Amino acid sequence: MNFRIMEKPTQKKEKLDTREGSGLYAPQRRMFLRYAGATALATTLLLTTSCDDDDDGMTDPEAVDLGSGDTGILNYAYALEQLEAAFYTEVVARSLSVFSQTEQQIMQDLKGHESIHRDFLKAALGSAAIPDLEVNFSSINFNDKSSILTTARTFEDLGVAAYNGAGQYLENAGFLTLAGKIVSVEARHAAVIRDLITNGTFSDSANNQGLDPAMMPADVLQAASPFIVTKISANNLPK
Amino acid sequence: MNIFKIIEDIEKFDPEVYGRLDSRRKVFKNMGSIGKKTALAAIPFALGSVFQKAYGQSSNMVLDVLNFALKLEYLERNFYTQGLAASGLITDSAARAAIQKIQEHEAQHVNLLRTTITSLNGTPISEPTFNFGKNFPDWNTSYQTFLTLAQAFEDTGVRAYKGQAANLINNDTVLTVALQIHSVEARHAAHVRRMRGVKGWIEGAGANSNVPAGAQPVYAGEDNVMQGGINDVKTVGAGYSAAIATAAFDEPLTKEQVAQIVSLFE
Repeated sequence: MNFRIMEKPTQKKEKLDTREGSGLYAPQRRMFLRYAGATALATTLLLTTSCDDDDDGMTDPEAVDLGSGDTGILNYAYALEQLEAAFYTEVVARSLSVFSQTEQQIMQDLKGHESIHRDFLKAALGSAAIPDLEVNFSSINFNDKSSILTTARTFEDLGVAAYNGAGQYLENAGFLTLAGKIVSVEARHAAVIRDLITNGTFSDSANNQGLDPAMMPADVLQAASPFIVTKISANNLPK
Repeated sequence: MNIFKIIEDIEKFDPEVYGRLDSRRKVFKNMGSIGKKTALAAIPFALGSVFQKAYGQSSNMVLDVLNFALKLEYLERNFYTQGLAASGLITDSAARAAIQKIQEHEAQHVNLLRTTITSLNGTPISEPTFNFGKNFPDWNTSYQTFLTLAQAFEDTGVRAYKGQAANLINNDTVLTVALQIHSVEARHAAHVRRMRGVKGWIEGAGANSNVPAGAQPVYAGEDNVMQGGINDVKTVGAGYSAAIATAAFDEPLTKEQVAQIVSLFE
């Protein structure tokens, strides 16, 4: 049985990427989940995100809407992976000389992993995928190792916290497992980057219960907003 | 909505659906006794609760997952505690600090899981007896063997939690806690791997993980490239190598696969 995401976010039509993805395969269980999820899907709540000046809760017509339900969560992940992939692409293009050979390999790997996450999510979302985001890396000094690594740590820790916080909103078990496959790779990245900054700090993100942070989409998008020019609306994400 | 059509549809995928629902017959009887209009409106909710019970995600399933995780955390805590106490095993100060940090996290996970199980009216399993020397006699005298096992435990832990996420999908609180532990285990794994001079991520089925043949079950299936219905995830863009495509996605293990690995130390 094939399963394709049917919902379409409501961004400007001309910005829509029309490339057809191959759709996500549904294991048997999903048939059941589609029925069982029917009631839960009915509950969505408006939330305002990075638009502090937008007190009326209305969606900015210029904003890219992530969409609702599982599609919205996958688009949210896709947005973050776009940001990370763009960053490491820039690092590999401009900054390799500031790194040791081992570190260069790490940067190449991170670029590869984040790019394939991005391209995978785009393909999986198909016509429901949000358009390419415009990023702003003007605050990063790409000639400075420390500036690059601290930005990388911000992105990787944020990615981990984002997936940890968003897992609960996924209705589809297959998507949840997929998110799990990606988040532990983000956590490996985060640990390695942290160790490159200060060896031994790989898991200092955890609290005194041994738990990594789990952040809500609105907080994650707020934290990422200095690096993303495109306005993003998370108003229709599950809550 | 035709309830019988739905059950018929489910039956195509799950021939045992009637068996699962059998013990819930009373609910269907009750549904028949309400007025027709009300019954129609109530069906989605009634179905939700019937299916939730019939298909697990019940508190029993959640408790099973938590006790399964607890066993792994006991194993890790025990392993690191003994390793730190073994004279002359971990002498480098940075290595000791890292292993101590990891041990503390595993101890915190044990406590948190025990508390969570108790709060759900379950009973935490007591700590099993582990025998790390059963297949690795120099585990507490050879630093390299100790680190190899640490890597195997951490990478197994990541895969074990990942494999259970779907079983927690209906309990947001427990699911989130499990994810928050899962990513900490992945951080441990990356660090321990680099202590051994291998990359923090898993390429292929352990091709870059430098473990002996006996430890291969830890990495079985990590070379999977079929993701979300895309037959070969390398093809989603240009120039993706197998190493990149497999390292970018960590793979789950089933409970049975994990039990097999743990049995090497029992």
